[in-house]
Amino acid sequence: MKKSPWRVWRDRGQTEEAAGSAPSGAGFDTQDLLEWIRRYGVLILFAALFVTLIFASDSFLSFRNLLNILNQNAPLAMIAMAGTLVIISGGFDLSTGSIFCVSAVAAAWMGDAGYEVVGLLLAPFVGLALGLLNGLIITGLNVHSFLATLATSLVYRGMAILITGGSLISLFGNDTFAVLGRGRFLDINYVVFILLVVFALLTFFLNRTVAGRHIYAVGGNPMAATLSGVRNSRIQVMAFMLSGLAAGLAGVITVSRVGTGSAQMGLGMELQAIAAIILGGTSIYGGEGAVWRSFIGVMLLALINNGFNILSVNPFFKDLTTGAIIVFAVALSAGKKRR
Amino acid sequence: MASAVTGISVALEGVSKRFGATQALDDINLSIGDGQIHALVGENGAGKSTLGKIIGGIYIPDQGELLLDGEPVGKWDPPAALAAGIATIQQELSLVPRRSVAENVFLGIERSRMGVLSGAQRERYEELESEVGFGIPPEAEVGSLRLADQQKVEVLRALARRARMIVMDEPTSSLTKDETDRLHEIMDRLRREGRTIVYVSHFLDDVLEVADTVTIMRDGLITRTAPSAAETKQSLIEGMLGRTFEATFPEILPVDAGAPVVLEVGELSGEIPKDISFNIREGEIVALAGLVGSGRTEVARLLFGADAAHSGTIRLDGEEIPRLRPRTAIDKGIVMLPEDRRHLGLVMTQNVRENISLPRLRSFAQGGRVSRTEERRAVREAIDRLNIVPPNPEGELQYYSGGNQQKSLFGKWTLQKPRVILLDEPTRGVDIGAKRSIYDAVAETAAGGSAVLLISSELEEVVRLSHRILLMSEGRIIGEMDSERASVSEVLRHLFDAGRSAA
Repeated sequence: MKKSPWRVWRDRGQTEEAAGSAPSGAGFDTQDLLEWIRRYGVLILFAALFVTLIFASDSFLSFRNLLNILNQNAPLAMIAMAGTLVIISGGFDLSTGSIFCVSAVAAAWMGDAGYEVVGLLLAPFVGLALGLLNGLIITGLNVHSFLATLATSLVYRGMAILITGGSLISLFGNDTFAVLGRGRFLDINYVVFILLVVFALLTFFLNRTVAGRHIYAVGGNPMAATLSGVRNSRIQVMAFMLSGLAAGLAGVITVSRVGTGSAQMGLGMELQAIAAIILGGTSIYGGEGAVWRSFIGVMLLALINNGFNILSVNPFFKDLTTGAIIVFAVALSAGKKRR
Repeated sequence: MASAVTGISVALEGVSKRFGATQALDDINLSIGDGQIHALVGENGAGKSTLGKIIGGIYIPDQGELLLDGEPVGKWDPPAALAAGIATIQQELSLVPRRSVAENVFLGIERSRMGVLSGAQRERYEELESEVGFGIPPEAEVGSLRLADQQKVEVLRALARRARMIVMDEPTSSLTKDETDRLHEIMDRLRREGRTIVYVSHFLDDVLEVADTVTIMRDGLITRTAPSAAETKQSLIEGMLGRTFEATFPEILPVDAGAPVVLEVGELSGEIPKDISFNIREGEIVALAGLVGSGRTEVARLLFGADAAHSGTIRLDGEEIPRLRPRTAIDKGIVMLPEDRRHLGLVMTQNVRENISLPRLRSFAQGGRVSRTEERRAVREAIDRLNIVPPNPEGELQYYSGGNQQKSLFGKWTLQKPRVILLDEPTRGVDIGAKRSIYDAVAETAAGGSAVLLISSELEEVVRLSHRILLMSEGRIIGEMDSERASVSEVLRHLFDAGRSAA
């Protein structure tokens, strides 16, 4: 929506040499087409896989199956969508898996003590606080976000172990606690609605607010942003807080759904989220990207998963296929940098 | 003394090089004989560094040929140049700061057996060191050495490669007078050993003192090549000026006699600038002239709050600003157009609209939500005013020409009328047409009541686009001239005189 290539003006050189250069005004050329594919390749890939699955399996195109895919992947999608802001701002958040876990076990711990609703409501803000801590470490101590969140992911995981005491916190059969993860409205899980709200809020925030625009500027050229009066540190802290909040919310939804909290939850989830963000076409160099891209990235991974299940292909090939698709997608968008 | 080395001669035939809209070198023919010190002089942007970089293989010419001892070279890049015996010492030193002197000197030519380093590095270093006698310990960490000693490490590195020709690009720009003299002695010794030295410098006295031959460059062309004995400082300056194109300048309105002082700077000091004091009145354009490294940019950065001042005062409309940061500066109406649009000025991943509105985004927002309608209207107005082509707010800035990027940068900082605008090289790397648009915009901004500080390496701009000129050298203001009565050659002479006597 934002930058239609059909509206891109290609400004080749100056007037005095324009006569000598190739005519550039007419319609689109192969260059434009390549650019379009680079930008929207992930959508083409998604559509192609979607159509393939429709023809390959009768059970794929059912309201229930599609809804299930959304419902099951909502936690990962939330982490990836909020993580997009971090990556656009030029950072990395490797602690989302651990934050997911801390919030989940915190909710379970409170639920176990009889405060189910309070736990479900408060635990996402544990994620917000941990995200704030990430942001403060990164900007205050001037540590690269990759290293800082790698370290805090261990610390947070350790906190989760302390909360659980190393064992499982089971709330199996506690219907009050399960309401967030399993409750339905019009036969559709609450989680699906929450996912759509998160999507809409993050998209609005990134595209329509001053802070959102500043996220792009800070990631695109931090020095130019500073010299334009942007307070880069605040913007970075804000991005990490939102990433933490989303990870916390995702953790609470998951623990409410499965009914058991453990310090092993969310292992490796941060890497899945980053893979989905990159698959969606957000630049790991910062400055470029969109929330919808990461949503599509997660759904693309989910379709691959779903396809393997319903087609009962040998699951040994699943990781291999997923990895190959990520390499392909990243190579496609990396072509842009070589210009 | 080591046995004589055979020198090498290099010839360039019809060499051209272009960067965006700038023709850095235009059909250059030059031969550099062996066993000589051959100097390249010219104004900033004349093409002297580019020429040195082409000889060293750092830039590849768009057209033309490079001949070594009469033979055309094949693939030409830094390793090929080194293999042929040509080493380059660049303006920005290319050492690995955290490693030792010896490691740096032998970087890339380490002796090894199947990839495992052999231990003879120390003896090798001592052998080399005994030839020149710099007295730099081999195990010292390069980053801990003074700049002058780092230069010497670069020289050692060139010698370790048995270089027969050494290209030195502004090697003395950060050296003191003493250190410069010592470097000259070394150069003299290298010449006597039969090596060729290409010496790129803007210090004319240095050049006259040490070079055998001087080539004067201007706007990517060679003015002339002559024995340095036949040149004087005055003749070099004259050769460097006398431009081929006359840029046209708009009329600068005289400052109203009763115009109030807008910006008052009192004994401001920072990392480089020392005791800077001056005023700018409403509608006045004050130019800051100085050689590269004189601290002009740093003055602008202090006034914008991009760097912290050590001492001194800044008053805006009579009111002292205590703690200046870019955000507070912008809110008070002090804006800075930085020198390097690509790295400091623009966000190339964002479009024209997003770039132009960035510093003032808040003024288009209510409760944090940006009104794109208002934003677009303001940006359109800037696009029309500066004639940015193509006139599309959603255009991707990275595809625009240098001139139109620079106009966008100007539009960004004049979206709302600034009280003080600090312009650092506002026309660097843009074509003549865009230059004129920017000159007009500068004149209009001043006429509209802003106080303007203009920094430019193009002395013609300094003289013809300002009311007053402040001359800067070594971080200090060393004089002031009335632009009405100043000439380019006069400004240049003052700067060159100051540059040497102060050092």
